[in-house]
This record gives sequence, C-alpha cells and structure tokens, in this order.
Amino acid sequence: MNAVRNFLHGVGDRFRALPRWAKIVLAIAAAVFVYLLPIINPPLITTTDSDFGAVLFLCALYALVAIGLNIVIGYAGLLDLGYIGFFAIGAFTVGILGSAHGNIPLLLCIPIAMAVTLFSGIVLGAPTLRVRGDYLAIVTLGFGEIVRLVLVNADGLTGGSRGISNIPTPPSLDLFGVPHLVWDGFVAKVDLSNQTRFIQFSVTDSIPYYWLALTLVFIVLFLDWRMQNSRVGRAWEATREDEDAAELMGVPTFRFKLLAFATGAAIGGLSGALFATKQQFINPDNFTILYSVLFVAMVVVGGQGNRWGVILAAALLTWAPEKFRFLSDARFLLFGLVLMALAIFRPQGLLPPRRSVRAKRADEETEVLEEGAAHV
Amino acid sequence: MSDTKAGASSADETRGARVDDDTPLSPDEDARPDTSVDISVDAVTDLPKGKMLEVDDVTLRFGGVTALDGVSFHINTGEILGLIGPNGAGKTTCFNVMTGVYQPTSGDVKFMGEALGKRKKFQITKLGIARTFQNIRLFHNMTALENVLVGADAHHSTGMGSALLRLPKHHSEEREGMDRAYELLKFMGLEKRADELARNLPYGDQRRLEIARALATNPKLLCLDEPAAGFNPAEKARLMELIRSIRDQGYTVLLIEHDMKLVMGVTDRIVVLEFGKKIAEGVPAEIQDNPAVIAAYLGVDEDAS
Repeated sequence: MNAVRNFLHGVGDRFRALPRWAKIVLAIAAAVFVYLLPIINPPLITTTDSDFGAVLFLCALYALVAIGLNIVIGYAGLLDLGYIGFFAIGAFTVGILGSAHGNIPLLLCIPIAMAVTLFSGIVLGAPTLRVRGDYLAIVTLGFGEIVRLVLVNADGLTGGSRGISNIPTPPSLDLFGVPHLVWDGFVAKVDLSNQTRFIQFSVTDSIPYYWLALTLVFIVLFLDWRMQNSRVGRAWEATREDEDAAELMGVPTFRFKLLAFATGAAIGGLSGALFATKQQFINPDNFTILYSVLFVAMVVVGGQGNRWGVILAAALLTWAPEKFRFLSDARFLLFGLVLMALAIFRPQGLLPPRRSVRAKRADEETEVLEEGAAHV
Repeated sequence: MSDTKAGASSADETRGARVDDDTPLSPDEDARPDTSVDISVDAVTDLPKGKMLEVDDVTLRFGGVTALDGVSFHINTGEILGLIGPNGAGKTTCFNVMTGVYQPTSGDVKFMGEALGKRKKFQITKLGIARTFQNIRLFHNMTALENVLVGADAHHSTGMGSALLRLPKHHSEEREGMDRAYELLKFMGLEKRADELARNLPYGDQRRLEIARALATNPKLLCLDEPAAGFNPAEKARLMELIRSIRDQGYTVLLIEHDMKLVMGVTDRIVVLEFGKKIAEGVPAEIQDNPAVIAAYLGVDEDAS
C-alpha cells in the first residue's frame, strides 16, 4: 500500500519537475486517453458483464459528486451525510422543468437546477451551520431523507413514487461515427460494425454521456483548483483546522462555511441533472440514503482534501462492483471488507493531501531523531 | 542588530540548556529574528496619540462566578501595557472580552472611541485588535507561510467571484499578502521555515509564528497572551526584546505575562488584576512597591494583616 502511495506521489513529483510544455503535452495525452477509454475498450479494465460505456459514465458522474462533496468535507471540514438530497433536487428540477411540468430544453434546465440546489444549500446551511461536528452530520442526514420523502409524497409535482419519465436529452449533433476497438487477446482490431455517433445522445449508447460528464469533471476540477488556491481555499482550511482561531484571525467562518456548503450543493445539483438526463427516467428510489453513505465513502477512501484522491476513489468504488459482477452478491461482502481494511490500515485515504503526507514524514523524522537522542 | 548583547550571552545559555533537556529541535542558529525589517503599516502605526482602547467598568459573570468585576483601564497609542496578576485573576478573560469571544455582562469596551458592542470576533479583528493564544492555536496542518497568509487575508476581500475569474483583485491581494507574510516571517526569524507545517516547528518558533500571524492582520492593537509561556529565562528575555522592537515600529501592545520581573523591564505601564478586580495601575516602579500587588503575589501572613 505504501509502495502504491510512494509510486503515485513519485509520479506526481516527477510530473511537477517537467518543463511546462512537457506537462501540457502529457496532460493532453492523458485527457485524450481518458476520453477514448470506452472506444479503446482496454482488456482487463473493460467490464464484460455490463456496458463499459455506462460504467464509465457512472464513474465520471460520481467523480463529479466526489469533487463537490470534497469541497464540503475535505476543504471546509463539514461532515455532510445528506448529499444525495442535493443530487435528488438537481435531478428532479430537470425532470419537473423539462418533462413533468414544462418543456424547457436541457441546456437551460441544468443552470436552473444548479441555482435551485445552490439556493437549497443556503437554506439548509444558514440555520444548521451554526452547529458543529456530529450535530451537523445528524441534521444533514435528516435533510437527505426529508428530500426523498417530499419527492415521494408531493405527487402533483414529482409524480410521487412513479417518478418522472421522458426527461430531455442534450441536443445532438451527428457529425461522424467513431468505430470501437475489439481485442483478440492483446491484439486490437477496428470494429466498423460498432460505432459511436459523435455526438448523438440516445438510450442505446452511453458513451456520449460519458464524454459530457468527463468534460464537466474537467471544468469543475479547474474551478475547484482556482478556489482552493486563493483566499477562499485558505479560509476553508483555517476554519477546518481551528474554527475559533480562524474567526479571531479575521476569517468570517460562517460565511465561508456557507459558501462551501452552497458550492458543494450546486455541484451535487449539476451531477443530479446529469444523472437525470442520462437515465431519462427518475423516481425517488434512485435517491436513497445509501448513496449519501457511498458518496462519503468515496471522499474518505480517496483522501479528504485531495481532489485526485477522491476522483480515484469514486472511479474505483463505481467500477469495481461492475467489474466483479460475476461474484454476484458476494461482491458487496467484499466491498465492505475492503472498506473496513482501508479504515484500519489507511485511515487517511488512498491519496491523502500532500500536506498530511509531508507532516507524517516529518513526524517520523522527529521520532527517529528523538530515539537517537535517547540512545546517546 | 539591536539584541547583540543580550543575544550573545543568551545564546550560550540556551545551547547549554538544550544539551541538558535533549530537545533535538534546535536548528535555531540561523533563525534569529531580524528586527531591522520594516514591518510598519502606515494606517496602523501612524495613529494619533491618546487612548486607543478603553475598558469601561466591565463585569462578566458566568452563572454565580464573577470573572471580571468592574474592571476599568485604558491603553494609550504606542505603548506596551502589561496585564498581570496571579493565576485565575481574569487576565485571559479580559482578553476574551476585548476580542469579542465573550460579551460583558455590563460595561463596555471602546476601541478608537467606538463601543465594540455586539460585533463578531472577525469584525473586531478587522477593526484592528489581533491576539495570540495562551495555548498555541496555530493552523497546525498549514505551512508557516499559509498561517501568516490567513492573517493577512483579514484585510483582503477576494471572494468566490474574484478567485474563480482570477480578477486583478485576486492577484494584487495575493501578491500583497505574500510580501507582507515574508516580511513578517523575516522579522520573526522564520523565513527559512516558511514552507514547513506549523505543527512541525519547534515550540519557540510556533510562539513567534503566532505573533507573526497576528501582526499580519495589521492590528492597531496587538494582544499577546503569555507569549513567553514555557520559555527559559534567556528565551524569555529575547522575546521581550522582540516585543519591544515591535512596539518601536509603531505598534501598540497589550501583554499578559506571569513573570513579574520580566514584565517590569519591558512595559510602559502595568495593570494588575486579582480575583477579577483591578488592584493597581501605574508605571512599573510604582507597581513594584505597591503593597496590594506584593500581597497578591506573595500572599499575606494572616497575623500581619
């Protein structure tokens, strides 16, 4: 495990040491590879028992969720156990405006969905962010459940437990077909009979949705980076470290906590909207509390506060159950065991933020020094 | 450097002390404060003379306990005021009232002629009162530099919009914050440790980093809550030297300190608290001879009184 971490950080260090042009070239190459993953269909990685494109879409979708939740939990240190509530509000805003009670095109629905979730984040946060720690967790847990129950019971608006169908898709733009690769052992062949239309959103092909989700992931990542490397990110971090001290150093902690909460909510809403347009059919059963737990697990397993860590965890936790589908129900047992093992052996997550890695190393050095001094 | 004499003799002492208590965290030789760095800020250090802060008949009760009982004193611009008293006298409580942590039960605190009222803690910091803590409360998992930057952010206003769009305000404030932070780290002798995590700094450096962080907020009044707690006498003397040079750059300082002898040497005036009441106020020489103060510190023989 340590070897893996050292390897990943080694890769990171080496990447940082490269000249600027090489960084850009490598980053673009990596991005292109990720975009082409469902086309390449690489053996070993591809899922044989379920549609690889659909699995990748879910990976990208949950990566988006994890980035949003990472702002709330990882940066600002607010344990939010009701994140699915925002996801659901985003999805149902699109459903209601685009299908059930309106005919608004999707591209307009998405920003509205984000605005609605942003607003609901503020409405939930304004009274509850005055409580700390465990209490906040309980309140948000309640919120997630309240949203689901409202969706079930507000028949007139949400269709109740029947849900909403015929949710609009993004506008298609059919330019050309991209043939997939098929693998015979480790030899690749172009399969002209199996093409993905660029770029046509349909029920039969998940790959364009994957591209859309991935693009949003990149955009949100960029914004996330800009937020973190600014006064806003520092204020979040200071608040997480010591709220009272931060306040006495001039950080309006409440305002910044609310900002983190609302930003996280808006990204949750965006993910929900994306989910709705991909599924084209949603009902309240898609938004149970179990997902909130899964989302928190992604952030914790990945390493709270490290955006690459939470993306990795989101992708892994989505992909692995699909990959090992042949184990049927045993994979959930396995899943639980792996989570427990991680909690015991790597409580800081797969890829903890660099600073905590550095701190740990420094602590170890100090320990060695102290032991040395004791022996003298 | 102004502390050459004190520095030379105390350096030997500290080196001796370090061998004895086997602390390995002592690469302190290159980490001397550089008090020649100009850390003054015009808006803060060119204030008109007069009363900067007035504590006016402040009483604070917690249930049945009266922590402060009708305490009144003031701080003049540009001076170092010592706030002393035995354990539990209410010194830190007094700090907490001044910085908005507690609301006084009655009476009020006036800063630059304005009552603090129900202002929030961060608003009081923005008004110009910054503090350190008796038990160090740095942001432990942030670097020394970032700690000071958070302080400097107190007078910045970059929000979500400017940060996301990288507006000119973001860049100019980042640059200003960096300059200010490095200036202060240099002043405090922490420049070489800028990128180390606060929690990995030696104890003395953590204390000085807290002062740097407080100074970064551009305080008109700097409140230090036992900044030399846990120091040996030589280190204490050096810190007092540093505090005096902070004052010499134009800052007003309120200093809580336990050690009577030390406080005598560095302060301009002293206020003495005991059991939440002010028992004396005056220049160090007066306080030294004040029978009430001697009684408070040494205790009074039952028979004698």
